[in-house]
Amino acid sequence: MAETNGKTRSLSSHLGGHLRESGMLIALVAIVAFFTIIVRVTLDVDFLSAQNITNLFLQNSYVIIMALGMLLVIVAGHIDLSIGSVVGFTGAVAAVLTVNLHLPVIVVVPACLLVGALIGSAQGYWVAYWRIPSFIVTLAGMLVFRGLTLWLLNGQNIGPFPKAFQSLSTGFIPDVFGVDKPNMTALALITAAAVVVIWIGWRARARDAEFGMTPEPMGLFIGRNVIVAAALVFVGWKLATFRGLPNVVVILTLLTVLYAFFTENTTTGRRIYALGGNEKAAKLSGIKTDRLVFFCFVNMGVLASLAGMIVAARLNSSTPKAGVGFELDVIAAVFIGGASMSGGVGKILGVVVGALIMGVMNNGMSILGIGIDYQQVIKGLVLLAAVIFDVYNKSK
Amino acid sequence: MTALLEMRGIGKTFPGVRALDNVNLTVEAGEIHAICGENGAGKSTLMKVLSGVYPHGSYEGEILYEGQVLTNRDIADSESKGIIIIHQELALVPLLSIAENLFLGNEVAKNGVINWPLAFQKTGELLKKVGLDEAPGTKIEKLGVGKQQLIEIAKALAKDVRLLILDEPTAALQENDSQKLLSLLLELKAQGITSILISHKLNEISTVADRITIIRDGSTVSTLTKDEISEDRIIRDMVGRDMAHRYPDRTPNIGEVLMTVKDWNVWHPDQKGRQMIRDVAFTVRKGEIVGIAGLMGAGRTELAMSIFGHSYGRDISGTVEIGGKVVDTSTVSKAVAAGLSYVTEDRKSLGLVLEEPIVRNITLANLFGVSKNGILDKRRETQVAEGYRTAMAIRTPGVFQKVVNLSGGNQQKVVLSKWLFTDPQVLILDEPTRGIDVGAKFEIYSIMNDLAAQGRGVVMISSEMPELLGMCDRIYVVNEGRIMGELSREEASQERIMALILKNDGKAA
Repeated sequence: MAETNGKTRSLSSHLGGHLRESGMLIALVAIVAFFTIIVRVTLDVDFLSAQNITNLFLQNSYVIIMALGMLLVIVAGHIDLSIGSVVGFTGAVAAVLTVNLHLPVIVVVPACLLVGALIGSAQGYWVAYWRIPSFIVTLAGMLVFRGLTLWLLNGQNIGPFPKAFQSLSTGFIPDVFGVDKPNMTALALITAAAVVVIWIGWRARARDAEFGMTPEPMGLFIGRNVIVAAALVFVGWKLATFRGLPNVVVILTLLTVLYAFFTENTTTGRRIYALGGNEKAAKLSGIKTDRLVFFCFVNMGVLASLAGMIVAARLNSSTPKAGVGFELDVIAAVFIGGASMSGGVGKILGVVVGALIMGVMNNGMSILGIGIDYQQVIKGLVLLAAVIFDVYNKSK
Repeated sequence: MTALLEMRGIGKTFPGVRALDNVNLTVEAGEIHAICGENGAGKSTLMKVLSGVYPHGSYEGEILYEGQVLTNRDIADSESKGIIIIHQELALVPLLSIAENLFLGNEVAKNGVINWPLAFQKTGELLKKVGLDEAPGTKIEKLGVGKQQLIEIAKALAKDVRLLILDEPTAALQENDSQKLLSLLLELKAQGITSILISHKLNEISTVADRITIIRDGSTVSTLTKDEISEDRIIRDMVGRDMAHRYPDRTPNIGEVLMTVKDWNVWHPDQKGRQMIRDVAFTVRKGEIVGIAGLMGAGRTELAMSIFGHSYGRDISGTVEIGGKVVDTSTVSKAVAAGLSYVTEDRKSLGLVLEEPIVRNITLANLFGVSKNGILDKRRETQVAEGYRTAMAIRTPGVFQKVVNLSGGNQQKVVLSKWLFTDPQVLILDEPTRGIDVGAKFEIYSIMNDLAAQGRGVVMISSEMPELLGMCDRIYVVNEGRIMGELSREEASQERIMALILKNDGKAA
């Protein structure tokens, strides 16, 4: 069954077909390189210092985590505008439970996740079963949960959190090998991750060849994997020589792998894409579309509450303003990552790269001392450019 | 007569595809000129060249219109010269009134202010011309497809049309609406309006067309005059081979009763008290192809969809038996589990996820078949899709192609594959050959015969009576949500089917 035609397809034509995915990675690398040089030249500071890489992850973890859930919502053909307020609200709930009621972290974390799930189901119910447009339901949710945050916090900040709760965001994986620096656990984990990435890529390539799909040219495959592995090991080394692997990075990686597997390899994931691509056809194929939409919103609520706790832990207090405008960063990351407004299209890895692009730009521009005014303008233009690039590619 | 239009040596290349190659077409003033060809033969591309969708300079060859070289920059340019195309997908705004639609972009206005009384008056005149008795303020969504088609023609008349191009105008129409449209074309002809008619329906072409040009693989094959036109000749030129039989041979091997539907009643989903299906009962036997005939709006699709997972209507009552047992078909997944499949008449909006690849469409209704504990086995999935690609002769470079890029016939094969993968006992096919060219129709018929030969029951809903007569062992005639009668293969004829339909209409009138 394997066809051998076109095995020697040229590099350029392959790149053409996978321009979106490769383009995103190249853009990320280019942006990192740009800031590395500019920061070095103008301020004589190392952009890729261990501390800054750690910061980058700590600052952006919540965007990536919520972008995973937002991708599902957007692929299903909906939108969730309420997540910024849900971040604020769940952070407030966490603060009240830990600081005011002195409940242990082991109770607070699942309780907050449950609150997120309830919020998600409350909104998902109207969207999925009453067919109220998600834009409206979650716009209402945005107002309602911001209001509830203010009410719960009584307009005050609540904090500080106990050490155990803070470690959600600012904690690091302890070194089991007992070598202080570099942190061998971090190094070992990241190296293992790099090996796994290459192994998965290799298997996918072998499978493609078996089914006569034109595989990526060998040179490109090796090149890409060398870069990815090198980047991983580099980041790992930097983190290991600083304070080790942040807990957040571990959570982030696990979630990314989990959601990538879910979207690509499970029947439920597949059905969400079909639902977003053509809801009526999906329904007539026996897919329970309402239930899937409901699930997407519940899932979004859970991830937003996780992000809410991480944000609260990082700030070490819960504030009424926490999470304001987060939904826009998250939605922007999803669209930069290649999702389609009309649903049915988008990949987890694209979204993570999209979120990293936004994060690196935020971080780089802040280091350069660029004002928040310009930062907003530039981020807006990047979002627009990414989507124009997409549309232009499709129309060609 | 003089030539109104002459297209000489037209060629058009898209990246990787030579869509048109040396097409020559002469249209005399005042004639109805039909253009025939299989899907993908290049008819639509040719008309896009003519109507300015592809501007002058983006194609090879030249177009002479009234003796002058045509240099259209865009559609507006060609419309100003009186060349107007009516596309298969109607371009009307459903929520606007007839008057608003007729003059959309061409408003009866002075300095941007619309003169409504005049617009309504003009609308009235235009509606009279096309033989429509509707108030100018009626919203388009209230009209059926047949009337909307007439509105499109009225819209063309509002722009002083001289050359009217109709792209498959009767594809979605019922017999009587088609007749109305065709006689209107003849009337327009009498008024000196020239038409180009693209159609798959050979009987229509032979009744109204003065001449016919046949296009195959992007080139003109022949132009026939009225007395040369015969269906066989047209088919031979279109397909490039003799087609001795329009329907594949089959020796029916009919077994015991497979599916029985009894006392089926369905009410309209929105309009209270409106019954759509009334006391319907029918049976399907193993190895049998059962036809359901009836006019559009007779309730055929409503019947099929209400049985298949209660996908249409409300307050549904009645029983469905498959293999002698009463089965629950109240949701799509239950219906599928019971051994029922429904291939929709509207494959683009109800049957396929167009932006997804073939492989994902084929497995969509039976993901359990390619997964374990909810985790997909992509290797197996690809094997399944490759299997159907070979078995159904789906013409595509690979199963990872998006279905949006396939022709109508190949898309239909993908939908059929999707349902065959659920291994149904009974398949309901709703207009399975709509919008499909002659060659692919034959293939779909052969597939249907194979399914029956495997001992499955096949129910075929169709508006084209010759197709029902050619394929079915038994035909039920439906009108106004009721079964009006049942005809065996031997009894069935177009006249008898029509007679059964009219039996009811007589009462209504």
